[in-house]
Parts: sequence; structure tokens; C-alpha cells
Amino acid sequence: MKAAAWTLRLLTLALLAVYLIRPETFAAALAPLAPAGAPAVYTQSSVLELAAIHVAIAAVATVLATAAALALAVFATRPAGSAFLPLFRSVANAGQTFPPVAVLAIAVPSVGFGEAPTLIALTLYGVLPVFENALSGIEGVSPAVLDAARGAGLSPRQELLEVELPLALPAILSGVRLSAVIALSTATIGSTVAARTLGEVVIAGLATNNLAYIVQGAAAIAALTVLISDALGALERWAARRAGRG
Amino acid sequence: MITIERLTKRYDDDVVVDDVSLEIAEGAIVAVVGASGSGKTTLLRMINRMVEPTSGRVLIAGEDTRATAPHLLRRSIGYAIQGHGLFPHRTIAENVATTPKLLGWDKARIEARVDELLSLFGLEPAIYGPRRPHQLSGGQQQRVGVARALAAFPRVLLMDEPFGALDPIVRAKAQADLRAIQRKLGVTVVLVTHDMDEATSLADRIAIMERGRLVQEATPVEVLTHPATQFAADMFGADERPFRLLSLKSVADLTQPGEAGGEPIAADADRREALAALLWSGRAAAPVTGAGGERLGIVTLARLVEAAAAKAR
Ligand SMILES: Nc1ncnc2c1ncn2[C@@H]1O[C@H](COP(=O)(O)OP(=O)(O)OP(=O)(O)O)[C@@H](O)[C@H]1O
Ligand SMILES: [Mg+2]
Repeated sequence: MKAAAWTLRLLTLALLAVYLIRPETFAAALAPLAPAGAPAVYTQSSVLELAAIHVAIAAVATVLATAAALALAVFATRPAGSAFLPLFRSVANAGQTFPPVAVLAIAVPSVGFGEAPTLIALTLYGVLPVFENALSGIEGVSPAVLDAARGAGLSPRQELLEVELPLALPAILSGVRLSAVIALSTATIGSTVAARTLGEVVIAGLATNNLAYIVQGAAAIAALTVLISDALGALERWAARRAGRG
Repeated sequence: MITIERLTKRYDDDVVVDDVSLEIAEGAIVAVVGASGSGKTTLLRMINRMVEPTSGRVLIAGEDTRATAPHLLRRSIGYAIQGHGLFPHRTIAENVATTPKLLGWDKARIEARVDELLSLFGLEPAIYGPRRPHQLSGGQQQRVGVARALAAFPRVLLMDEPFGALDPIVRAKAQADLRAIQRKLGVTVVLVTHDMDEATSLADRIAIMERGRLVQEATPVEVLTHPATQFAADMFGADERPFRLLSLKSVADLTQPGEAGGEPIAADADRREALAALLWSGRAAAPVTGAGGERLGIVTLARLVEAAAAKAR
């Protein structure tokens, strides 16, 4: 079972790497999907460069969203901030109900076309999963453990940094993984506002009715997302073991 | 050592601890007993400022506890609770080292202290030190919780039903350990408990709480023989009282000259054990032996029965 999973992972990684470095390798395989006379492999720009930008946008958005969500969650679980908890919850929830396309449409007039509106949309989308997970992680720390921490003489700051956050880390990482997956898949539509992501390949395919473009773009995004989610999942399990559960 | 002066805690209109004053001698064990909701935990937690009093004050070694920041105060007061609250992400050794580390002890000193405490509580440091809490039994976790509370040589140890969740045999062992360690370290202990045997056998003095008020504070013998209120009398159980009274003293000073057969009783055995042994074997008297096995005399059923009567004192 484990061996099979590793084989699948390595295979996915190998195929993705080959496609990103030498997309022509797949020309013959993709040719039946392309319209007669049209190219089967997207070559207008380097797919490797598109993938790099794609991942970079998602990574920056996830990091920003995580930082904001953690700050909110920590504040909302302090005695001084507990009154704000319901407010933060509803704002974060409301953020999630906007369709990403709408966020893009609203962002373009103020920041222009390109990577910036995409980054804004992805960041907004990434906050909620991390916030909710961090909250349940922090609130899930056993009251006896907190009581003992306080009783042993930890300051409120030490209690947060040495007890609450380490114990909430697995939950936080699970939120980060969710955010990253959302960001990676949503970065695709950034291409509609001229962000240079792998979505460009899919959109070129839609525009020219070239199924080969659509398939290679979608497959590359899916492979990238699965591999990154998988790696973050491993990180999450490592953190859970360290937090003393398992 | 600990002076509690007119301590009151109010939640809205609820007076949870009501004007309690109490003097606790250095090196004493005081058991705080009372019905559920009578304010025992709240009283205990006001000593280390886990709960801030509404009025009144607490002095430790003459110093007002409000003179020190709460988290700094707590580093000089051990605190052990039911359900131990061990940090699941830290090893046993790291758990025990918590307060010494906060106090900035150097590594070697912390290590030596951790080893010393784990050994004291019967946990081989090389085996248990590197483990995580979930790899220990409930009884072992509880002992680590107490070891952690004692790590930084606290002047005072506060315990809230520390042995409540343990089975009777493990609990008896933990109580015996605590007594021995407390005698050795000379720490002042305030122990909240629902277990009246624990209170009478472990404590030098018993404080009885009733609806937020302290209704009696006296030696175990006194609270047994002269309970201040009906509640205090009921708490120790009319059917149990004579036996609890017997369990407080050894047979040594009931020993008289004479001859008796059968299994001997050790002079330091408590009187309740001696009575049980006589009743069970159907004898009217048993030989008493000293620590070295030498014959000291006999103890009779009649003397034991006499000693079980409250009037006898
Ligand atoms: N933070 C709080 N807010 C409001 N009421 C409280 C609070 N903490 C305790 N109380 C109330 O104070 C009373 C005394 O509680 P406390 O925990 O001191 O009782 P206890 O004697 O330790 O009981 P038990 O034996 O069940 O542990 C209870 O009625 C409880 O509901
Ligand atoms: Mg209590």
C-alpha cells in the first residue's frame, strides 16, 4: 500500500517535471485531442515559468492568509479579544461566500490587471480555513493543560507560544493545507485578468477550441496541487506526532 | 507560613468563598474538605492567584501575594490538579523541568533535579524521562504531575484532588509517597479532597468548608470527636467514625505486658488494622512486635474497643 502510494507520487512528479521542462515530449500523445492543423502542445510561453508564477502566487497568498488568520485567531482567543470572536467569524465566513470571479472583478479597477488582483482574491479566500482551524486547535487545548501551565508559572505569552500554539499546530497546518489547495486551484482563474499562471494554458485552449491545451493545463495544475497537498499532509502528520498524539 | 485573611470571592451575587481566615503552619499538611460547590477549589486557587479574591488577602511567609506578578508568584508555589495536565508535546523530563526552566536554572542542575524527583516517585529516569505522557499509566502520570509541582523547591504545594482518579491501591501508594516526600522536603501542603480517609490519614489539620464558609479547622481527632456542625459530623459518616479514629494512631501505646498466641502485630501498625486482625482471627489479644521483630507485649481487643470511643479522649 505504502509502496504503491510512493510509486504513484514519484510517477506524478516525473510526468509533471517532464511536461514542465520539455512539453514537446507529449506532442504525440496530445495530438489526437488537438483540432486538425493546430499545435498539440502549448508553446506561446514557457510552461515552467507559468508554473513557477502559479506556485509563487499561491504560496504568497497562503502565507499572507495564514499570518492574518493566525493573528485574528490568537487575538480572538485572548481574554481581551473574546468579544470579537463572533464578528471575526462572520466576516471570514462572508469572505468565503463571494465567488472568486467576483473578487477578481472588484479588485481589477483598483489595482489593475495582472497578478495583484489574483493575489488579493486568493489571500481573502485563504483566511477562513486557517482561521477556523487555528481557532478549533487553540480552543481544543485541554483546560487541565492550560491550568497546569498557568499554575507552573508560565506568563500569558509563554502559555501561547509554548503550549497553545504547539498543541494547535496540527490543526493550523491542516488549515494551511486547505488554503494552499484552494489557492492553487483558484490561481487558475487569475488568467482571466491576465495573471500569468498555468490557467493561461487552459484559457488558450478554451479560446481556440483546443482540447489538447485544456487537458495539459488542467492535468499540470491538478498534479501540482496534489503533490503540494500531499507534502503538506505529511508535514501535518509529523506535527501531530510531535504534539503527542500518536 | 500561609496566612489567609478574610478572603472572599464573589461571582456577581454569588458568594463562593465567604470571609475565610486561616493560618497554616510551615511544613503542615492541611486538607480542605466539604461538599461539591462549597468553594474548596476557589479558596485554593486564590492562594496562587489563579483566581483573584474579591476582598481579603493571602500572605505567604509574611509577604502579601499581591506584591508579586501572578506568574512569578506561581513559580514559587507548586500546583497539582486532578487530571494532572501534563504537556502532551513535552517529554516527562521536560514536563518536570517546566518551572526550573522558567526560573533559568542551568542545564546540569535541571537534569539532576529531574532525575532526583523521578527516582523519588519510583520512575526510573532513564526509562521514563524521555517518554511522552501518553506512554505512561494514569497513576504514573499523576505522580509526574506532583513531581512537576515540586520541581522548583516550592515553599507551598497546592493540590486539588490530585489522586481522585486513581484506583484505591495506586491511590494509597501515591498518598504514602506524598507523605514521605513531604516530610523529607518540609513543604507546606494544602490539599483539597473528597476522600475522608485521605484527609484523616494524610493531614495534620482538616479545614471544613460549608457553602463558602470555613466552619471548622482542627486536627483530624478533633473534627472526628467534636465536629463543629451537623454537616461536619455527617461528612465523616457515623458508621465509619470509630474506625477512622482508630486509624489515626498506632498500637504502640496500647501495648501492655502479657502473653498471647498467633500472628503478631507490628507496633507501628495502626489500631484499625490491629482491630481488623483480631476480629478476623477470632482472638481476644495478639502479640506486638517492634521493628526488629522483638516481643514488646500484647494488645487486647478490649483496649482497642475502648480506644475507638470518642468519650475516651
Ligand atoms: N468562574 C466562575 N464563575 C461563576 N461561578 C463560579 C466560577 N467558579 C466557580 N464558581 C462557583 O463557585 C462555587 C464553588 O466552586 P468551587 O469550584 O470552588 O467548588 P468546590 O468546592 O471545589 O467543588 P467540587 O468539590 O465539586 O470541586 C460553585 O457553585 C461554582 O459554580
Ligand atoms: Mg473543586
